[in-house]
Amino acid sequence: MTSELDIFVGNTTLIDEDVYRLWLDGYSVSDAVALRVRSGILEQTGATAAVLQSDTMDHYRTFQMLERLLHAPPKLLHQLIFQIPPSRQALLIERYYAFDEAFVREVLGKKLSKGTKKDLDDISTKTGITLKSCRRQFDNFKRVFKVVEEMRGSLVDNIQQHFLLSDRLARDYAAIVFFANNRFETGKKKLQYLSFGDFAFCAELMIQNWTLGAVGEAPTDPDPQADDMDMDLDKEFLQDLKELKVLVADKDLLDLHKSLVCTALRGKLGVFSEMEANFKNLSRGLVNVAAKLTHNKDVRDLFVDLVEKFVEPCRSDHWPLNDVRLFLNQYSASVHSLDGFRHQALWDRYMGTLRGCLLRLCHD
Amino acid sequence: MPGKLKVKIVAGRHLPVMDRASDLTDAFVEVKFGNTTFKTDVYLKSLNPQWNSEWFKFEVDDEDLQDEPLQITVLDHDTYSANDAIGKVYIDIDPLLYSEAATVISGWFPIYDTIHGIRGEINVVVKVDLFNDLNRFRQSSCGVKFFCTTSIPKCYRAVIIHGFVEELVVNEDPEYQWIDRIRTPRASNEARQRLISLMSGELQRKIGLKVLEMRGNAVVGYLQCFDLEGESGLVVRAIGTACTLDKLSSPAAFLPACNSPSKEMKEIPFNEDPNPNTHSSGPSTPLKNQTYSFSPSKSYSRQSSSSDTDLSLTPKTGMGSGSAGKEGGPFKALLRQQTQSALEQREFPFFTLTAFPPGFLVHVGGVVSARSVKLLDRIHNPDEPETRDAWWAEIRQEIKSHAKALGCHAVVGYSESTSICEEVCILSASGTAAVLNPRFLQDGTVEGCLEQRLEENLPAGCGFCHIPYDELNMPFPAHLTYCYNCRKQKVPDVLFTTIDLPMDAAVIGKGCLIQARLCRLKKKAQAEANATAISNLLPFMEYEVHTQLMNKLKLKGMNALFGLRIQISVGENMLMGLASATGVYLAALPTPGGIQIAGKTPNDGSYEQHISHMQKKINDTIAKNKELYEINPPEISEEIIGSPIPEPRQRSRLLRSQSESSDEVTELDLSHGKKDAFVLEIDDTDAMEDVHSLLTDVPPPSGFYSCNTEIMPGINNWTSEIQMFTSVRVIRLSSLNLTNQALNKNFNDLCENLLKSLYFKLRSMIPCCLCHVNFTVSLPEDELIQVTVTAVAITFDKNQALQTTKTHAEKSLQRASTDNEELLQFPLELCSDSLPSHPFPPAKAVTVEKASPVGEGNFRNRSSPPCANSTVGVVKMTPLSFIPGAKITKYLGIINMFFIRETTSLREEGGVSGFLHAFIAEVFAMVRAHVAALGGNAVVSYIMKQCVFMENPNKNQAQCLINVSGDAVVFVRESELEVVSTQQPAANCQPSCTGGEVTT
Repeated sequence: MTSELDIFVGNTTLIDEDVYRLWLDGYSVSDAVALRVRSGILEQTGATAAVLQSDTMDHYRTFQMLERLLHAPPKLLHQLIFQIPPSRQALLIERYYAFDEAFVREVLGKKLSKGTKKDLDDISTKTGITLKSCRRQFDNFKRVFKVVEEMRGSLVDNIQQHFLLSDRLARDYAAIVFFANNRFETGKKKLQYLSFGDFAFCAELMIQNWTLGAVGEAPTDPDPQADDMDMDLDKEFLQDLKELKVLVADKDLLDLHKSLVCTALRGKLGVFSEMEANFKNLSRGLVNVAAKLTHNKDVRDLFVDLVEKFVEPCRSDHWPLNDVRLFLNQYSASVHSLDGFRHQALWDRYMGTLRGCLLRLCHD
Repeated sequence: MPGKLKVKIVAGRHLPVMDRASDLTDAFVEVKFGNTTFKTDVYLKSLNPQWNSEWFKFEVDDEDLQDEPLQITVLDHDTYSANDAIGKVYIDIDPLLYSEAATVISGWFPIYDTIHGIRGEINVVVKVDLFNDLNRFRQSSCGVKFFCTTSIPKCYRAVIIHGFVEELVVNEDPEYQWIDRIRTPRASNEARQRLISLMSGELQRKIGLKVLEMRGNAVVGYLQCFDLEGESGLVVRAIGTACTLDKLSSPAAFLPACNSPSKEMKEIPFNEDPNPNTHSSGPSTPLKNQTYSFSPSKSYSRQSSSSDTDLSLTPKTGMGSGSAGKEGGPFKALLRQQTQSALEQREFPFFTLTAFPPGFLVHVGGVVSARSVKLLDRIHNPDEPETRDAWWAEIRQEIKSHAKALGCHAVVGYSESTSICEEVCILSASGTAAVLNPRFLQDGTVEGCLEQRLEENLPAGCGFCHIPYDELNMPFPAHLTYCYNCRKQKVPDVLFTTIDLPMDAAVIGKGCLIQARLCRLKKKAQAEANATAISNLLPFMEYEVHTQLMNKLKLKGMNALFGLRIQISVGENMLMGLASATGVYLAALPTPGGIQIAGKTPNDGSYEQHISHMQKKINDTIAKNKELYEINPPEISEEIIGSPIPEPRQRSRLLRSQSESSDEVTELDLSHGKKDAFVLEIDDTDAMEDVHSLLTDVPPPSGFYSCNTEIMPGINNWTSEIQMFTSVRVIRLSSLNLTNQALNKNFNDLCENLLKSLYFKLRSMIPCCLCHVNFTVSLPEDELIQVTVTAVAITFDKNQALQTTKTHAEKSLQRASTDNEELLQFPLELCSDSLPSHPFPPAKAVTVEKASPVGEGNFRNRSSPPCANSTVGVVKMTPLSFIPGAKITKYLGIINMFFIRETTSLREEGGVSGFLHAFIAEVFAMVRAHVAALGGNAVVSYIMKQCVFMENPNKNQAQCLINVSGDAVVFVRESELEVVSTQQPAANCQPSCTGGEVTT
């Protein structure tokens, strides 16, 4: 006796959250059944393995049918085939677009192309996440990227509108899209200590301050072109950053800057002497990073540079985080007192974001 | 031109990409009614076209309005080649034809294609302007209301219940026409869908005419079925109960003409023997009187009695004396006479109802059924479907005489079905013989004193159990006792019925689903030989099914079955029997005896030991079941009852093997009533197997109950969560040395596993009850068994359920006030009273059905803002006639839909399971869309009448036909009722029950 056909269709579509998770995690039906057996469900419910098998198959089939709709979440809301309460719809979408930290760290900043997709086997082996799940996550990134790529307006809003994600998840996707678009290097060994959260934090700051969308900050901008494109860095701004070079190129200015900072921080820093000794190196590092951002290659290496030029020196001298904060605040603020320096606004736009990023990047 | 149909095509959405080059579609719409077609403009390059068409107007006869469906075809415009069809929508406009139902059909309909399934949606508005036409020779029956519900619909009162209406129409099946060889599968499927839609319309119109002739205004318990007879044609047949209904809110009679006696009603002469008790021997106990007749249709003549008697297994000899006038009291005789006079005017005093207004049902005799095996031949003249009519007339005549034999004048809970395999067809009919109160059958003339006496004479809760037949001249040997409730009248020891448990019945404990399952191998044969073989097998099957039911009932410690439905399906090489019913313990009936096992070879010590071990197991099971179903009848000393008809304990051997010689067969005795304890004799492994299977039926896990009736006896505190579902399983039998035992085991396992799966899937709803569990079995191919189940799971409040440890009298009182079912007069007030300690505050009662085993509370809710503006309203579906915790405010019309789905890429669509899963989901979606477009928010009395699945995996093909029906309704939650009723009752309720409500 073999079961040829075995289905269950409810007027309200049954969604089993546990099975959904197993499906999302890319387990085959038999693996999922084995995992469910291990969870002790048979003992709890008095069911047999055959029942579990049938149930799992049924849910998997439902999810496969829903997957097409999940690719365009608004369709899930308007379709008539599956009657699903709105809270469940939201859950389906949110879980489908959720991703694994380990996976996103591998892909973050990479081009979402076929080439990367081919590397998914390696990523799967490395992270222990099933290939199927890797593919789903990768395809999600790519799908969101494709949809919002050419769109105007706020990146987060666009993602939320077209994928109906929660605020938190939409922000994460904005970061992923932003990183993929600008191809920031995140895979280098010295960046391994950074979490996706760290990068997402930086991405958000950069989207807010360094993109074209950030320029038209005027409350009611009549020109729709102005708040275009949250994804690309403001080219003009990057170009202008060269002007900051004077801060380290002009020796007087550099000395003046140093003395202003040192005067203000004397007695307040535990690592004052190290700071004093390193000031010029640090300042040169930070300003040179800015000046180099006109080249795409250097934009990609932004995080590598920041870690090399600032985070690592601080770390080797054992700066406490609070000292870093005090230093960066003073370092940014003192520039306003430099009479010979004319690019105050530019400096603030650059340093305001960088300060936030650096503080986030300074940890073990 | 008595009617103008107006149609507007508004927009489309989610259309499929028809042009690969542009990834877009140039869609336009054809609107067709009868022979008139209109077209919209082509909306270029869009998957979401906005046609916003003018109003297309069709001027048509109301006859056509009833017969024809509105056909909407969405196409993709192609300049150079033929336009490609995207899909179709059929809209039945019948609900717009009677005043109390829907006034407009407006909404999004799934665009359906028989090859691709649903492909986007289309927004359509349909209206009808009817001009009154007083032509008395008219062929239409607009205005007659149809209900699938097998009780008087909730917001109506029955003025008169006229009785049985039936009709059938036949046609050639397009799939078997010569043209089918050259046309595409799509064209063939569409021809079939269109034809069936047309035939249903015609059938409904003809039934309506009969109702008008009877001066009724509605059909209740309308059941329409298709017989796909293959080569020999397509039969669409329907039965129902004609009624005159009165809307409760409007006290004026709907049809004043009905209050005068209907003189025009045809007097059908009675050719029958005036003495009703024609059977004094023959099979017995509740499941009485089956006749198996087989008349080869080739030699068919009006006098088919010769072939009938040859094969008939129930001896039609032995004349009992008439029961009329022979009853004890003069009252009974009076009652009988009046009922008789009221019913004798009818050719068939049958009622498709399963639940009745209080006082309607006087006595119940037992189940009557008849089956007949026929050979199909081509229907030569579709306009004169005489053969099929005659077949059914014959069967109905038999049912009628069986009922008479039980001293009953009417049959209630009546239904008909067929099973077809190649050219052999089994026709089955069954019902419950009953004595009815004439009050509802005719106009008000017989009311008055009789009614008064009726109330006095019939104690509540047990009257219907009292035997209607003459105790001294019983139609079958039965074990009678005085009623345990009133102690005045005689009752049988067990009662089998096809109806729902009457509202006022006194019941002890809870009920449960009881099934008997059986397979019988049969040799492959052709034509008449085949039919004869089947006819010969049928009595054995009926007997065994009955024995199984009886055993299982006793094992549960119960004494009555309700909602009994026995299905016999025929396949190439086997017959399947599946009986489902709800067992209960009626307080009026005696406590059932236990089951005793006796061994055949007493000298074997170990064998004896085994037997006693089994006996112990059985006794334990009975005790356990009694506890589980809370069956603890009050102790009554024998003296009060008076020990009736003492009978020596008698062991009768049960016949079970097929090898019995034919003369033994005539002694077939289904009576188990004589024995105090039921004796099972274990004489071979076969019997052993049976005892085992008896014990392997596992009870549902704790927190679950199941029944196949409308309501679960003993549970009355439903909460609002419901989940209707359909589950289908097909198993392939290994063809190697199949035996009856192996078959039985396979079939038993199939059903048990299916039930187990259901319990597991619905575990998040505990405590809950599966109601109206409807199993159907079919044999689509040689080694395939298909089982289809539709049921609804309803949650109930456990806390309230626990406090039902009162005496049953109190309980029945409580029931009376709780079940909104019966309260014809004032359902509103009583319903709102009925859930005094509703566990949820009113606002929360709106929660949409949730279905996951894990609570959804912990889900991050801070976000998902766009989800709130969902436009799809929730439509509930249920096979029951009511929605727990809600009141039905309006019936919008009948839903009767037929779909065909075919695929030539079975593997790509996920195999047979994927294919059927998607199709059933689509059928649900289309039903919901039609209900929503009518302005409704639920379908009640929903039934999947057919699910015919055929596959050809080698060709990567499959085809499925599904036929569903139900009543579209508007319901209002009781918690919202007060608010709404102060405003506008019907208008406001729909939005208040729709989708986005979960935000509360």
